[in-house]
Amino acid sequence: MPADRPDPLGGAPVGRRIVLGLLGLGALGIVTGTALQDGVSNLLGPIETRDPTGLVGLFPAGDTFRYYSVTGSVEQQGARDYRLDISGLVQRPARHTLADLQAMPQTTLVRDFQCVTGWRVPDVPWVGVQLGYLLDLVGPTRGADAVRLTSFDGIYTESLTLEQARRPDVLVALRMLGAPVTHDHGGPVRLYVAPMYGYKSLKWLSGVELTRGVVPGYWEGSGYEIDGWVGASNGRTADDPTS
Amino acid sequence: MTRPADPAPVEAELARFSRPVRWVHGLTGVLMLVCIATAAVLYNGSLQVLVGHRPVVEQVHVWCGFALPVPLVAGLVSGSYRADLRRLDRFTPHDWRWLRSRSRRDGRIPVGKFNAGQKLNGALSAGAIAVLLLTGVVMYDTGLTSDAWRTGATLMHDWFSLAAGLLVVGHIGFALRDPIAMRSMRTGTVPRRWARAEHGAWADEVDRTASGRGGSPR
Repeated sequence: MPADRPDPLGGAPVGRRIVLGLLGLGALGIVTGTALQDGVSNLLGPIETRDPTGLVGLFPAGDTFRYYSVTGSVEQQGARDYRLDISGLVQRPARHTLADLQAMPQTTLVRDFQCVTGWRVPDVPWVGVQLGYLLDLVGPTRGADAVRLTSFDGIYTESLTLEQARRPDVLVALRMLGAPVTHDHGGPVRLYVAPMYGYKSLKWLSGVELTRGVVPGYWEGSGYEIDGWVGASNGRTADDPTS
Repeated sequence: MTRPADPAPVEAELARFSRPVRWVHGLTGVLMLVCIATAAVLYNGSLQVLVGHRPVVEQVHVWCGFALPVPLVAGLVSGSYRADLRRLDRFTPHDWRWLRSRSRRDGRIPVGKFNAGQKLNGALSAGAIAVLLLTGVVMYDTGLTSDAWRTGATLMHDWFSLAAGLLVVGHIGFALRDPIAMRSMRTGTVPRRWARAEHGAWADEVDRTASGRGGSPR
């Protein structure tokens, strides 16, 4: 028998050291993470936006859109079948086609898109009709003090006070990133609420209903705040405002 | 002259994995695969668009993640599982040589019940699971820590899951190349010949234990 047979229970407890070492590394990462995140984003962000293969997007970095959908597949709507209904406590209910919306005065904004889960896409160009312009067309009745927004995905809803909805940086967006809003980004028409977290910017917008009192939307049911101001809600005080 | 036909080879089998060890492996494996599948949907834009139902996928991911360490810890009531953990934990000088060697599979470096690569995978996987659990809790319980820490936890969770995913891919890759090893996770035993070739020092040890007890090596 060879003399150098290892004693099965001998040797150094390297496994334990590796586990503890990784735990230490993870804890250090939690504490220093924000700075680290910025570093990774600065490094990968510019590469990712110019990467034709999309492979860099597989690495965990910040500064890019992540796609969230709360239902299964969402039907595609285009110029032919898209309709935006404006109803509820209004004097003249309206129904707009995509062409109608395109013919209205367009507002351009370049603003960051900040998700409540932490990722932020800087300097996104948005083009669309101010929600306030559409509200003026229908004339809210005296009792109306909020809007409820619905999506043609059938589930996603959001809401704003009338005062918030009339802000000049709240758009019914037709274009983002220099092109028509794609289906995956909530196209052909989505909401963009510049000063608030991304969950307020409802995708696949199909209805605006004027209501008395704010009706909490889909994500509010999961504990997110109704007034989702960037940097001043949901416990996220470190985010720079996007308004 | 013809040799008498070989009798149907009833090859001696050595007990390799006890029932508790196999159950821990199986349950951890299933939970890990569900975590990976749901993580892929949560993380990858095209898959997210395809599957949707984000809140459901998220809940499945979170609860499978919380459940992942349960079998690993529950196994500790079993002596055979604790013994295997001790073996995985201990690195001998042979193990370091084995890791550096290019001809590590030729049998010249004694290999015990687990080779150094398996020990390394075990330790890295356990550490990664611990970090994923810790960062997962920080991410899930939004009231637990500051915002900055949660951002850090998210980043760590992302990178450690990428690393853990690669470990799992490697683990499955090695398993697919060795059907006997894979079968032993189901049946618990391996042929003596396989044990001699792959884990010679362990095969010797089993023989010695058997003869020490007065049993004859079959």
